[in-house]
Amino acid sequence: MSAPGTLLWFIRHEVRLAWRDALMMLQGGRRRRAWWAALAVAIFVTIMHAIAYRVLAPSMDLLLQPDKAFLVAVTGSMGLVWLLLLSQGMETATRGFYARADLDLILSSPASSRRLFAVRIGAIAATTAAMALLLAGSVIDVMAYLGGPRFLMAYGVLAAMGITAAATAVVATALLFRIVGAKRTRLLAQIVAAVVGAGFVVGIQAVAILSNGSMSRLVVFQSPAWIAAAPDLDSAAWWPLRAAMGDVRLLAFLLAGAVTLLGLTMVFAAGAFARNALLVASLPQGKTAVDRKTTSFRPRSQAATLRRKEWTLLRRDPWLVSQSLMQVLYLLPPALMLWHIYGSDGSKVVTLVPVLVMAAGQLAGGLAWLAISGEDAPDLVATAPVKPRAILRAKIEAVLLAVALPLAPLVLGLACVSLFVAGMTILGAALAAAGASVVQLIFKTQGKRSNFRRRQTASRIATFAEAFVSISIAAGAGLAAAGLWLAVVPIAAAAGILLASHAIARPGR
Amino acid sequence: MNALTIQGLTKSFGRPAVRGLDLSLRAGEFYALLGPNGAGKTTSLRMTAGLMQPDSGSISIFGINALANPVEAKRITAWVSDEPMIYDKLTPVEYLAFVAGLWQIAPAAGQRNTEALIDLLGLAPHAHERCEGFSKGMRQKVALAGALVHDPKLIILDEPLTGLDAGSSRQVKNVLLERVAAGCTVLMTTHILEVAERMAQRIGIIAEGRLIAEGTLDELRAQAGPGHDGQTSLEDVFIQMVADSAAAA
Repeated sequence: MSAPGTLLWFIRHEVRLAWRDALMMLQGGRRRRAWWAALAVAIFVTIMHAIAYRVLAPSMDLLLQPDKAFLVAVTGSMGLVWLLLLSQGMETATRGFYARADLDLILSSPASSRRLFAVRIGAIAATTAAMALLLAGSVIDVMAYLGGPRFLMAYGVLAAMGITAAATAVVATALLFRIVGAKRTRLLAQIVAAVVGAGFVVGIQAVAILSNGSMSRLVVFQSPAWIAAAPDLDSAAWWPLRAAMGDVRLLAFLLAGAVTLLGLTMVFAAGAFARNALLVASLPQGKTAVDRKTTSFRPRSQAATLRRKEWTLLRRDPWLVSQSLMQVLYLLPPALMLWHIYGSDGSKVVTLVPVLVMAAGQLAGGLAWLAISGEDAPDLVATAPVKPRAILRAKIEAVLLAVALPLAPLVLGLACVSLFVAGMTILGAALAAAGASVVQLIFKTQGKRSNFRRRQTASRIATFAEAFVSISIAAGAGLAAAGLWLAVVPIAAAAGILLASHAIARPGR
Repeated sequence: MNALTIQGLTKSFGRPAVRGLDLSLRAGEFYALLGPNGAGKTTSLRMTAGLMQPDSGSISIFGINALANPVEAKRITAWVSDEPMIYDKLTPVEYLAFVAGLWQIAPAAGQRNTEALIDLLGLAPHAHERCEGFSKGMRQKVALAGALVHDPKLIILDEPLTGLDAGSSRQVKNVLLERVAAGCTVLMTTHILEVAERMAQRIGIIAEGRLIAEGTLDELRAQAGPGHDGQTSLEDVFIQMVADSAAAA
């Protein structure tokens, strides 16, 4: 038993909280769901392994005797994964500063808050490393199966990537605090995290589109120019990949370096973490923004009143706007692709349809959650003299119009190339947005708008249903745009998913 | 005509929360519903406000069957809960404009009522500030203004004074008394028995989902049995009646 207030005591406390949090996320707060959660995880792991096998099996020869082109492609991809981990680490570190939870208790106690924050920095590293394992664990298993157990050392490289990403994220967030102050760091850190995570990936894709006319990011890493400019085979740039392929000395070096970096971060940043948490606690609750111009008592229908309220609330919340716009960021590559192929090859335009429809579905899912589950005054709306059906209709209309706004210029561009394809895109996007909204209706649980990022943990089934409905409708729209009657199959699958969701959700409601 | 008539109202969440509640409020009456924690007060009020479906029973608001015709009943009813639910990103004036829009109040009347309520509740200095920085008392006053902006005939309040400072509490009480004086009916739950004692014309006591006593304070003293004279406080009467009810059960 560790003495209260010691480092070990804090570690036990954090591990217990993390374990219970993880269980809650998997089970959705209900013990009887444990079986279903285990089954879902097993299915997910199996699918990931199957995909990894399908991708890796044909190129195993290259993995056993890699050439420079291969090193460039794989190391480039590892770089992208590291950036995603950095983005995740920044998100977690920012939450650590701003989530009050038990901070009031800890900071008001005589225990060393420095120790607690050292443990929390370690926890950020552990979470980020776990995410890395989740992302690439199946690839490593398949590599070890096909190429021998030495490839299992890639787990060590992955852990080193997670640890270094977390340490960098903590330092970057602490620097942001110092540069822009406690008041603005939250929003800025989340935007930086999103740009780091998505922006670079989207940027590489943009380069691929502009140089090769392909949506594949790997095309950039495989281009002769990149390969020629890459360092020689004995360069330190390839150490992570060589360590992953079984070089024990390099792996030990990388892990030692990562752990040292984390240790230094824990020693030097823990104090800053405590100071910053106090700064955040000293911030005024909310701000006193003044809005005189927008108040108007004009005759409006109840539906228009509700729609206007939804748009006002969204527009005035920069954090929600940034979160929603992240999904719109993914519309950038198809927009570039559209611009690239405009006037050249009209047939390629069909490839954009599923991307746009998918983006519409994802954007609608988030907005629908805000409008339906994230209603901050549910009692007021429920006691208003409006039929519940009319309230829902108005909210869904608000969502559909908000989705249409960023999509409209792209659909207009499509219409210049092919009216039929543009029509299919509108139809698909409307169906995907409606489908995502229906999923939110089926799994409606009252939540706060501030929990927007954590809405997925409220219902795993809802998250999967929303994703599968969007994917199915996107596939259907793509096939329809190509003039194939086969489109009815994925559309029917989407309808099936909605019906199954309704059946699953019904008993508990 | 009664402002509110509840008959045989029941609701169960696995175990019974409200068991055959009968309640009648006269028009223009201030009625306080008291009860220990878990007695079924909030559940009863939420069913009356149309926020929850009863398992059985009937609710009539100014002659309108609230279960068969909820939209018409809601048109003349207002609901205020202990936890003010307002929109952080709207200002009080915008919030009231939104409520006026939902209740389809004529724009001129909506604006007039909004200005009057903002002044009455001392919200004028913050009328155009977003609610996100407001204290609990300020938020509760905004919520109350929202409940009153459409001139309801029946106001249902669940612990509206919880967590309010003396000044805010006084403002809320004054507004409610003015409404009652103007003919409005108020049904309010509270744990602050002095408030019920001073403000309510009639008091109902609910325990284990049933109305165990009802009347003016003097009538309740009489119902509580010998030894409860004109000096006995509502607190003593309440504790005695709840204890007797628990013992009888």
